Amino acid sequence: MLASLWNYLGVLPFFAFIIAFLIFPATNLFAGAFQDAKGNFTLVNIQGLFSPYILKAYRTSLEVSLITSVSGGVLGFFVAYAITMGAAPRWVRSSLLTFSGLAANFGGVPLAFAFIATMGRTGFVTAILKSICYSAADASQVCPFDPYKAGFSLYSTVGLAVTYTYFQFPLMVLVITPAIEGLKREWREAAENLGASAWQYWWLIGFPVLLPSILGATLLLFGSAFGAYATAQALTGGSILLVTIVIGQQIRGDVLGDTNLGYALALGMVVVMAFCIALYALLDRRASRWLRR
Amino acid sequence: MTKSRFNPWTWLWVTVATLYFFVPLWGTFDFSMRMKRGAFTFLAYEKVFADPKFLDSFRYSATMGVITVIVSIMLFVPTIYWIHLKLPRLRPVVELLTLLPFIIPVIVLVFGLIRTFSRPPFRMTQTEFTTDILITAGYVILSMPFMFRAVDVGMRAIDVRTLTEAAQSLGAGWLRVLFSVIFPNLRVAILSGSLITFATVVGELILADFLVRPALGPYMIVVGGGKAYEPAALGILSFGLTWICLGIIQLVSRGDVRLQPIGR
Repeated sequence: MLASLWNYLGVLPFFAFIIAFLIFPATNLFAGAFQDAKGNFTLVNIQGLFSPYILKAYRTSLEVSLITSVSGGVLGFFVAYAITMGAAPRWVRSSLLTFSGLAANFGGVPLAFAFIATMGRTGFVTAILKSICYSAADASQVCPFDPYKAGFSLYSTVGLAVTYTYFQFPLMVLVITPAIEGLKREWREAAENLGASAWQYWWLIGFPVLLPSILGATLLLFGSAFGAYATAQALTGGSILLVTIVIGQQIRGDVLGDTNLGYALALGMVVVMAFCIALYALLDRRASRWLRR
Repeated sequence: MTKSRFNPWTWLWVTVATLYFFVPLWGTFDFSMRMKRGAFTFLAYEKVFADPKFLDSFRYSATMGVITVIVSIMLFVPTIYWIHLKLPRLRPVVELLTLLPFIIPVIVLVFGLIRTFSRPPFRMTQTEFTTDILITAGYVILSMPFMFRAVDVGMRAIDVRTLTEAAQSLGAGWLRVLFSVIFPNLRVAILSGSLITFATVVGELILADFLVRPALGPYMIVVGGGKAYEPAALGILSFGLTWICLGIIQLVSRGDVRLQPIGR
């Protein structure tokens, strides 16, 4: 008995550290979400989350996360499929996986700078597209591919989505490649022996087996975009009001005019993240039922 | 292996992925070289390196990176060792705890840290030294999933119990076991965890910005707001630094950088 207590003493520093600098600050914050300015219990702050300003922030965040998790997910899936099932040479496969590992870890301020230099108003790609011009009948210059004249802006939700996709799709490639590799050759052979077409194989076997993995990976992407702050801040200077940006402004100068409402905002964010990650873990477990090797 | 045949779809997706990877990189590099009109020069890089604020903020971030790595190793390696040796039942709990930073975004973490530690009785944001302690703690939390995973995987690959018993029967004490037997056997794992921790800290913006410390992230935001070409040069430089760190990991551990990063 005494010996086992002694054993637990060995992990005490770790738990003390986690509690002091993660659990305690977080719960302290969440407790604030249920208090009024005087410290009494209240649900007013949770109600306050449904004010138009805050709802709009949540909607923008959800929108950006949804768009990038789907676009990144689809692109990432096809790339992963191409390098596993498609007949890509080994070196293409391994170098794409390596670059995915690197790009999925790239984000924040440098990523924003890279996209400003590439697709910003005077960026590299913008300049190239702008320069594709021809003379119209009335001798005026027509430049049909000028992205900024066509309504594109890097400093908009669409621009943010394009930027996020840079780390989203490589993340999808990394997460989904093992799942696609787990599809057994025997299943395909068995299906073909029974007279199934390629389409039938995919619709009835491949897709259903992969579905939990695909959904799970997409949720992971969703969470990764939902919690992002630095990229958006550096790209737009905080002009797109994502939930993370509003929280940042709240920390700096109480833009909501109500400290406790700020805590509720942070709580809501963690609830969404926890939901995504929990569902991901669930789907991942379900996926491993078929894909265990 | 069946003989590979040319599949246009495969090559379409491979091309799209390659373009998405490299066009922004090349675009940034090209942009960073155009500071002098009509020429292709490293002028923007020269300006960056000539700015004492850049050197100061880089020195600060690199120092904090090293300190964070040391604290992480001191905190996590003995803990994980102990769990593998004595408390294997506790492992799932600890693993779950180390994954919490995926659920609590950095902006929320820093909000909590400020609310908790900037007021009495702690008042940690009042002096630079105590703020640095706070920010180090934040960095350790941020990089915890990577460090834990790297060390945990490494620990699983060695036979902790046998090594420990062998060392003890030769008369080694606990510290001796840890430093002369366990640490050397975990070289690669600790190196991987350290590099990704270092890269995370050096590129980090949120903690440093809100705790108002002179790190590289906030410096880059300031440069990005006022200059045109220097940000592109800074982008390439920090890209290079991150990729060197991650590249070494891929080399030594044959590539398993499969976690989503934290703190974007």
